[in-house]
Amino acid sequence: MVDVKAQPGFKTMALICLVLLYSPILILIVFAFNSGDIIMRWEGVSLHWFGVAFTNPEFQNAAWNTLRISAVATIASTLFATLAAIGMTRIKPWPGMKTAFMVINLPLMVPEIITAVATLSFFALLAQVLGLNFGIGNIMLAHIVFCIPFAFMPIRARLEDMDLTLENAAADLYATPWNAFKRITLPLLVPGIASGAALAFIVSFDDFTITQLVAGPGQTTLPLYIWDQTRRPMTPEINAISAILLLVSVLFITISFLIARSRK
Amino acid sequence: MKAKKAAIEARGVSRVFAAKGQQAVAALDDVSVTINENEFFTLLGPSGCGKTTLLRLIAGFDFPTSGQILLYGEDIAVLPPFKRPVNTVFQNYALFPHMTVAQNIGFGLEMLGKPRTEIDARVSEMLALVRMEELASRKTSQISGGQQQRVALARALAPKPKVLLLDEPLSALDYKLRKDMQIELKRLQHETGITFIFVTHDQEEALTMSDRIAVMSKGKILQVGSPHDIYDRPAVRFVANFIGETNFLKGIVRPSGKVKLAAGAEIEAVAPEGAKLSGEVTVVIRPEHALLVKPTQGKLKGVVDNIVYFGTDTHFHVLLDDGSEFMVRQQNSGGAAADFAKGDKVGVQIAAGTARILKD
Ligand SMILES: Nc1ncnc2c1ncn2[C@@H]1O[C@H](COP(=O)(O)OP(=O)(O)OP(=O)(O)O)[C@@H](O)[C@H]1O
Ligand SMILES: [Mg+2]
Repeated sequence: MVDVKAQPGFKTMALICLVLLYSPILILIVFAFNSGDIIMRWEGVSLHWFGVAFTNPEFQNAAWNTLRISAVATIASTLFATLAAIGMTRIKPWPGMKTAFMVINLPLMVPEIITAVATLSFFALLAQVLGLNFGIGNIMLAHIVFCIPFAFMPIRARLEDMDLTLENAAADLYATPWNAFKRITLPLLVPGIASGAALAFIVSFDDFTITQLVAGPGQTTLPLYIWDQTRRPMTPEINAISAILLLVSVLFITISFLIARSRK
Repeated sequence: MKAKKAAIEARGVSRVFAAKGQQAVAALDDVSVTINENEFFTLLGPSGCGKTTLLRLIAGFDFPTSGQILLYGEDIAVLPPFKRPVNTVFQNYALFPHMTVAQNIGFGLEMLGKPRTEIDARVSEMLALVRMEELASRKTSQISGGQQQRVALARALAPKPKVLLLDEPLSALDYKLRKDMQIELKRLQHETGITFIFVTHDQEEALTMSDRIAVMSKGKILQVGSPHDIYDRPAVRFVANFIGETNFLKGIVRPSGKVKLAAGAEIEAVAPEGAKLSGEVTVVIRPEHALLVKPTQGKLKGVVDNIVYFGTDTHFHVLLDDGSEFMVRQQNSGGAAADFAKGDKVGVQIAAGTARILKD
């Protein structure tokens, strides 16, 4: 096999890619610690803008909305994804299973803006015909739906990797199907579920497109808030907020990664 | 000898796997066999002959396409696995990785709803039986292969099943450990008095451990009998060939009942029940039942074609007069070495009563 790393120019290419990928983010973070008022003029190191952000009621409100939405979306989509994954790996193949699999994963393939417009139309219809509007619940519903495939993937992978003879062994040792599930399958599935939940959380946490279309007045989330801020004269506060958002995302990606890696 | 009671009885059991667009495979083809209480019964056969399939049917993970399986005379077709008083030691052990050794062993009793004190007592007893007391609180991923094997055994024995199924439990172990575990398994079977149904494709293992052996091939049971029956009195070519090394000789049955071999000599040969005793037959003679002698003394005559030294014994490959090959195994007793060299003309003597006519 050809060792890519030994090819001439590999290191330079890799370096260019890394710089292109990470330097904007790095600059963003560095300027979050700027003490001056002007976004791109360095004056000194300070945590000033983090303080401003944290005491800003608009930021607090957006953060609270985001957390509520993400928490609900994570729990509900993970629950649904777990049931779906079990239905697709532990039950005899049923007619329409392939279709169901496609439907569950559809949000991964449809351009997000399409999903966003569709969701908006759906809620508009709901409001018009049935007079239903769940307020922030609308955003939660939308998030639950598009988070499902992200939660579903690691859970299903874990179930497929799992040794079926373990479940046979449980049945052999007098465990009823429910007991076998509770005592063997579920505990072994926990890392998959945790990994799926972490993924669902970040996907919901930093969603912009769909939220932007579905959100009503006063339902600003962090990504929407940042977007709004960029359209006004900018201060390094926006860098600070972005850095916080980034930190949370990285945290959850790391958790998901560590859990996925610890599975054997 | 006391009357034997049937623990498991298979009656005309078939299991056909029919996948869409593929030819149906009969993993088991009209298998009938009776396995007695307290017996160490071995299913022996090459890979893919249906051993695991038969165990899975007995355990209840799979169901026969046709035929019946009886447990102590009762048809267990409708019983799901968790209601059968049968436990399995899986080929890959299938220990629960998130539980400790002790929790694994106690799982069956727990599922049976036994009180905690009883479970703990039984788990200790089992740990002692398989000599694993010190490792009771280890996770099963933190113990060696041989130890895992013993935990799997203890876990399956703890609920005191009526029948224990063992699917090639020793195949993953190295030679030394395997020998130790063979002895340990025999001891356990003796001490517990549980019926063992043991699967292996290792003929030596089968011969040394079993009370009775069923030799399987392509979904059928070809012969059932004691190790002696199977080795000394193979009924069909496959059994003779699969177990040990054998010489196959063509011959014709004479009106006198003797067999005139194609290689020249006329010999006495024993026929199993149901073998035809006329026309062309195949006679089998084990290499150790023959002896190399001077050409004038032997019934069969030939030339030494090759000599292979094995330490404990030596194999002489003799080319008989009709061109067929015959192998003689001579033990190296330490005395005067059999002084035959390649190219020597020799005679072959056959021990009385050891030549067998095959059914096929
Ligand atoms: N689920 C299945 N679907 C289709 N064919 C199967 C299935 N299970 C087993 N078979 C086939 O049935 C035959 C017997 O399989 P089985 O597992 O019983 O063999 P075995 O004697 O246990 O072999 P080994 O020594 O390799 O474990 C094989 O030809 C196998 O391919
Ligand atoms: Mg097998």
